[in-house]
Amino acid sequence: MRRPHFAQEKYWIWIAAAALAGCTALPQGTGTATPYHADPLTRQALASPQLTAPLTAEQRQQWLDRITWGASDSDDVQLQKLGLKAWLAQQLAPGLASLPAEAQQRVDALDISQRSMEQIQQDVAAQRQAIRNAADPEEKSRLGQALQRQLNQWAQEAQKRHLLRALYSPHQLQEQMTWFWMNHFNVSTRKGDVRLWVGDYEEHAIRPHALGNFRQLLEASMRHPAMLVYLDNASNAAGHINENYARELLELHTMGVGSGYTQADVQAMAHVLTGVGFTTREAGAPAPKLRPERRGDYVRQGFFEFNPNRHDYTPQTFLGRPLQGQGMAQVEEALDRIVAAPATARFVARKLAVYFIDDNPPAQLVERAAQAFERSRGDIAATLATLLAAPEAMQRFGQRFKDPVHYVVGATRLAYDQRVATDMAPLLGWLSRLGEPLYGHETPDGYPLAQSDWSSSGQMTARFEVARQMAARGTVLFRTEPQAALEKPPYPDLAKRGSVQARLPSWSARSRQALAQARNPVDWNTYFLSAPEMMFR
Amino acid sequence: MQRRRFLSAAAGLPFAAYLGRGWTATPQAGTPRFLLVFLRGAYDCNSLLVPTHSEFYYRARPTIAIARPGQAQGALALNADWGLHPMLEDSILPLFQSRQACFVPFAGTNDLSRSHFETQDSIELGQPLEGHKSFQSGFLNRLTQVLQSDRQSHRGPSTMAFTAQLPLALRGSAQAANMALASVGKAGVDERHSQVIASMYQGTPLGGAVAEGFSVRDAVQRGVQEEMDRAGRDAISAKGFSLVAQRMAVLMREQFDLGFVDVGGWDTHVNQGSASGNLANRLAELSRGLATFAQEIGPEPWRNTVVAVISEFGRTFRENGNKGTDHGHGTVYWFLGGGLSSRAGGSIAGTQAEVTEKALFQNRDYPVLNEYRDVLGGLFGRMYGLSPAQVQQVFPASQARDLHLV
Repeated sequence: MRRPHFAQEKYWIWIAAAALAGCTALPQGTGTATPYHADPLTRQALASPQLTAPLTAEQRQQWLDRITWGASDSDDVQLQKLGLKAWLAQQLAPGLASLPAEAQQRVDALDISQRSMEQIQQDVAAQRQAIRNAADPEEKSRLGQALQRQLNQWAQEAQKRHLLRALYSPHQLQEQMTWFWMNHFNVSTRKGDVRLWVGDYEEHAIRPHALGNFRQLLEASMRHPAMLVYLDNASNAAGHINENYARELLELHTMGVGSGYTQADVQAMAHVLTGVGFTTREAGAPAPKLRPERRGDYVRQGFFEFNPNRHDYTPQTFLGRPLQGQGMAQVEEALDRIVAAPATARFVARKLAVYFIDDNPPAQLVERAAQAFERSRGDIAATLATLLAAPEAMQRFGQRFKDPVHYVVGATRLAYDQRVATDMAPLLGWLSRLGEPLYGHETPDGYPLAQSDWSSSGQMTARFEVARQMAARGTVLFRTEPQAALEKPPYPDLAKRGSVQARLPSWSARSRQALAQARNPVDWNTYFLSAPEMMFR
Repeated sequence: MQRRRFLSAAAGLPFAAYLGRGWTATPQAGTPRFLLVFLRGAYDCNSLLVPTHSEFYYRARPTIAIARPGQAQGALALNADWGLHPMLEDSILPLFQSRQACFVPFAGTNDLSRSHFETQDSIELGQPLEGHKSFQSGFLNRLTQVLQSDRQSHRGPSTMAFTAQLPLALRGSAQAANMALASVGKAGVDERHSQVIASMYQGTPLGGAVAEGFSVRDAVQRGVQEEMDRAGRDAISAKGFSLVAQRMAVLMREQFDLGFVDVGGWDTHVNQGSASGNLANRLAELSRGLATFAQEIGPEPWRNTVVAVISEFGRTFRENGNKGTDHGHGTVYWFLGGGLSSRAGGSIAGTQAEVTEKALFQNRDYPVLNEYRDVLGGLFGRMYGLSPAQVQQVFPASQARDLHLV
């Protein structure tokens, strides 16, 4: 079997170092992706003649529903202006962040944008010290509660920022992929200090690589305190093995369960990962005391720390061959081997195809994408371009059942387009009600993606309730005070949207008959947002 | 352009058929009821059912073992060999003492992936481990099908998951309802809207689910109304799992005879605690809820009810380096019910092993001696009077074992 020729480990370390050099040193609130040159495979995929044929209004809606969080009139204008091919190329290689000014101002005003992760972390450390020092039990409890509120607030700010970008960023594919990878490399705010770290995790570990290179993305997620806390690798040390992260790394992040690795591989990987952790000591603080021959092995970058004192230096055999490197180099070598495994290409390709196309993507389509992943050495944009431009993908619009995030964000974009919401709480509430709050999935498998996961009787009823709220009182999103009166009328004028009208001709007779029974605009909105056609993309 | 799949697929039941279906019919007296409680995340069974006779247990768990009965914060003695977690004194212990609870240690699946997700899935599907798996056929759905097609039963069971999503165990051709019960709000979609919306889905693959969803919503709201009426009479209002359990009890008393619920938060790799702490609190909340359920469903239904509490696997017998436990193999199943047999109620049932270092599976975990499909198949056979062929429909290629639980 042909194996992709992965670069030498030194090359990877260089890339990882380059990626991490930017970590936490970036200007606040920019969330920039490292500019990179499109892989030749991306250009090749976009050269498909099918992408240059003119699109009907309905076809534009289909493409917009697939590539963005949901079609909006303004994105339709962009698509028409650029043409499909150029628009796709732009979506696959977004430049620097350019949220509309008002949305950017809202992001900039957040505490997680104003302060660096170091400052926030020091703030928490100081608060914890004060709690420990408090002699009076009431004072202790008051300080403890204040800290909990603060932690919740930071996690909520990260949710708001995520939604602002999903709703208003012109780089829609990057935002969809940010959600996808946050879900793939899931962490949950219900565990430990994840609330503190999750915003930084998304901003610096996941989002910059959302359309970049999978190997770098994997390393960035591994090194981040959010993941190190969530899957316990921070407490994995020689003599105190914790195999939680090692197992999920293979099972959920890369190769997939049943793809050929063994329990022995999981155990070996757990040993390889001993000493991979983080520290909150000041940046200039001296390294821990190390034996002279281990001093060169110590690594500290931002919060990340590889501590040789905690590492098990026993030689390891992994995926059938001995590992040559030692210390952090051994970790890199193991990750290279995992990402180069054909199982990883297939696992990632299939998950992408399920997310964008259909519960049961054709094997041929998955294979094309997997080959692009292998040939490009894990280039996510090239893999996606191959997937999205494949004829099998273009024959399958409207079959992907929307998960709650797509449903809620998509309906909001359709209804209010670029009008920037001032209150995100209703959106967060709807997502919770539908069972898909951001960063809220407790277990590391992330939210499931199949139709049957989201279309049970209870879920459909809940979805209609949310549809009704949006249909009747969508302007709750524009309140500046929680109890303020709603503007009049309190409902969106959905029927006037071009992106709404463009869909209706292809709808079933039953759905159109239902719309005809509407007695007022709120009824019409309710039926429109509840229609079977609105459940798919 | 290809037509959308949901328009071209086979027609579902017409809406009127659902509205006319007997959702309000209370199960007849003597109807067996079954509730599966799935503890997701692999709970540490050795902290629940403590092998108090095992020297090795205390050596293997220097910081997290539950002390012997009689010692401070010690286990509650169940018999000479086993003890119960001390936090369960007011909830499960009385049930055990009145022969309405039993435990089956060394239970579980032969799936060895030690992956939460794969093992939960494979248990819920209940299909043989070898061969092709269908993710659209869970064992509780197959049980529903068998009971519905059984001519001797006067009516098919009504099946419901008390969860926001339909679990794999209930996926399949028999219709099953679902709704999370922790927070139930007032419906904004009224009767007329519901009918118009349902009409759009008529004849599509989602038609059945949509119609049923409206119907179940109405039933749950009637139950919540009952709660509010009672709260008006100064009843203490329940919280957390107890609230869910109370609502489940009303629904299973009035309408549903086959139920499913899951409870998460058991993956205790770090600082799990012992007599108190994280795990102790989870066990206490779960147990209070189960006791509430037994109380609220009412005496007659409880006599015909079996609650099975299961989990995907056990945890490592030895504690790990972080005062927690990692993914293991065999676990302990609980069976609760007002009609447990005198042989099973108040006992430790099933095939037993010694609790010694030598007896550990792969030198780390409890072995599995009571395979879940065999045990549950045997239970269903007794509860519902199923033929061996019917048990095979529920659990293909299983060897049903009758532990005489009921």
